[in-house]
Amino acid sequence: MSDILVSEQSAPGAGSGRPAGRLLEVEDLRVEFRTRDGVAKVINGVTYHVDAGETLAVLGESGSGKSVTAQTIMGILDTPPGFVTGGQVRFHGKDMLKMSGEERRRIRGEGIAMIFQDSLSALNPVFTVGFQVAEQFRIRRGLSRSDAKKRAIEMLDQVKIPNAKGRYSNYPHQFSGGMRQRAMIAMSLALDPEVLIADEPTTALDVTVQAQIMDLLGELQRERQMGMILITHDLGVVADVADRIAVMYAGRIVEEADVYELYGKPGHPYTLGLLNSIPRMDEKGQELRTIKGLPPNLMNIPPGCPFNPRCPMAQPVCREKVPPLLQIGASRASACHFAEELVSRD
Amino acid sequence: MGRYLLRRLLQLVPVFIGTTFMIYWLVWSVPGDPFAGKCGERRCPDTYIAFMTEKYQLDQPVWVQYATYMKNLLQGDFGTKFSGQSINDIILTSYPNTLKLALVALGIEAVIGLGAGVLTGLRRNGFLDNLVLISTLFLIALPIFVIGFVTQWLFGVKWGIVTPTVSSEMRFSELILPGFVLGSVSMAYIARVARTSIAENRRGDYVRTAIAKGLPMRRVVGVHLLRNSLIPVVTLLGTDLGALMGGAIVTEGIFGINGIGRQVYRAILTKESATVVSIVVVLVLVYLLMNLLVDLLYAALDPRIRYE
Repeated sequence: MSDILVSEQSAPGAGSGRPAGRLLEVEDLRVEFRTRDGVAKVINGVTYHVDAGETLAVLGESGSGKSVTAQTIMGILDTPPGFVTGGQVRFHGKDMLKMSGEERRRIRGEGIAMIFQDSLSALNPVFTVGFQVAEQFRIRRGLSRSDAKKRAIEMLDQVKIPNAKGRYSNYPHQFSGGMRQRAMIAMSLALDPEVLIADEPTTALDVTVQAQIMDLLGELQRERQMGMILITHDLGVVADVADRIAVMYAGRIVEEADVYELYGKPGHPYTLGLLNSIPRMDEKGQELRTIKGLPPNLMNIPPGCPFNPRCPMAQPVCREKVPPLLQIGASRASACHFAEELVSRD
Repeated sequence: MGRYLLRRLLQLVPVFIGTTFMIYWLVWSVPGDPFAGKCGERRCPDTYIAFMTEKYQLDQPVWVQYATYMKNLLQGDFGTKFSGQSINDIILTSYPNTLKLALVALGIEAVIGLGAGVLTGLRRNGFLDNLVLISTLFLIALPIFVIGFVTQWLFGVKWGIVTPTVSSEMRFSELILPGFVLGSVSMAYIARVARTSIAENRRGDYVRTAIAKGLPMRRVVGVHLLRNSLIPVVTLLGTDLGALMGGAIVTEGIFGINGIGRQVYRAILTKESATVVSIVVVLVLVYLLMNLLVDLLYAALDPRIRYE
């Protein structure tokens, strides 16, 4: 096992001299949306990373900035209104935010690929599913039409679409939701990317299909030793596939930890609130526990810890000082003034 | 698709019969003596009138006349003018001219209209965008005869860039200006519709996907974005195609083109009922076929539309 790790790190193309061989790193990223009503600070210093072969789950409510971070990594942020105001996004140690448009384009699909939430609107309705997969081989790899078709059918087969050959010439609307998402996965994995960003890949699907898609994603990720960023608001989805979890709130990472540590002992009151809000069988008949209040207005984030108005543990210090994301223990970090106390509880 | 096509073609039959009958009936019901003034200063001799009445079955009920007309029509005979000239000849000499003009106009509409629409849709609120919005407003607001006479005078007379009228040879270079005039209004509409459509779809999820796939921008726009944005434009072009093929009375008049529009105008003025009916029947047929073509084009552009 250790042999494999060593050989991977010294693999050619991995580069040398970069810290600990990080594949993709986001550092202190800041993004704001300049709208007619004012400036919304959507991302306020996000830092996370993902290595080859590991899955990072980014967890948070709608509007916490998890998708915007992903769009910034991909370079598909709508500008305007979105503007990157600070930070770095490093791929193999190179800051992508400083690259030319053409350099970034080449990374898309080949270095970092992305799958989207709603596969019906994310696939082009007027082209066949096969065409959209084969397009990657034709345009990006310069394969002939027939070779590209062959490869595309192989890809559709790999994501377990039954009768891939026959379904090649179907249009997206002729696919079921689950099959469409599989096709989307086939398309994004066509160029064998090193990092896959999955932006709520199962949100639009039935619960049974959700599990199948997550299994497929997990399997492909292990097979190809990809780094995967799984964006979700579904705590259930995360537990099975993620290695590490980053919890986002109001455009910040509030906690990052190993999946077992985080579920076992949350180091931030927000994470605790999220975990408590999962419905439990042994509490049948009782009212569901929720986190009181609403996420802050991003045009007017309260001073101090952004979570303080909703936090059951809030103290005067929370209204004055923004807690930095600090290491607690070997492999976890939390942005709470009382993180140590939370973690050391029984 | 084959069955759909067959059904649509069969549907054309009652529509064709209904419209042509109405036209026949209306045109021959126009009050006035069709033979007035046909024989110079004098009144036409009774033998002539009797002969023509017999020939055109004017003493018979309308439906008998219509049945005879349709019988001849199905054999490819559009009838004869009162002067004895074959209407087939009139259509055959003038329709190609109309067709040429229509194709030039359509080409100009599609290229300039769509081009302007795509460019401004991608980059809204810029200089070009405002220029296109204002100039299209002008074209839409001005009556076509004003555009026709003004451009004819400017380009043909004052600056002498083109000949002011079109010769009987119908050279392509001569047709550019009339084609532009004929297509100007639709061109303006197409530019505006394409602009809105492109701007709307530009934010579409599938465009974002295409960018995320790392496709070059010209492919994202030229293939993924354009194909979706073309659907409303084709609607416009399609309805316009029928209208263009129906001849352009004003434009053909201004530039002296011997087209079908001029022929029908002249025939109406001189009460050449047989000619009017035959030309209009051709135009109805063309219009119906163009409509069918557009519907088929829809299905080709948007696979979600399927005709079963």
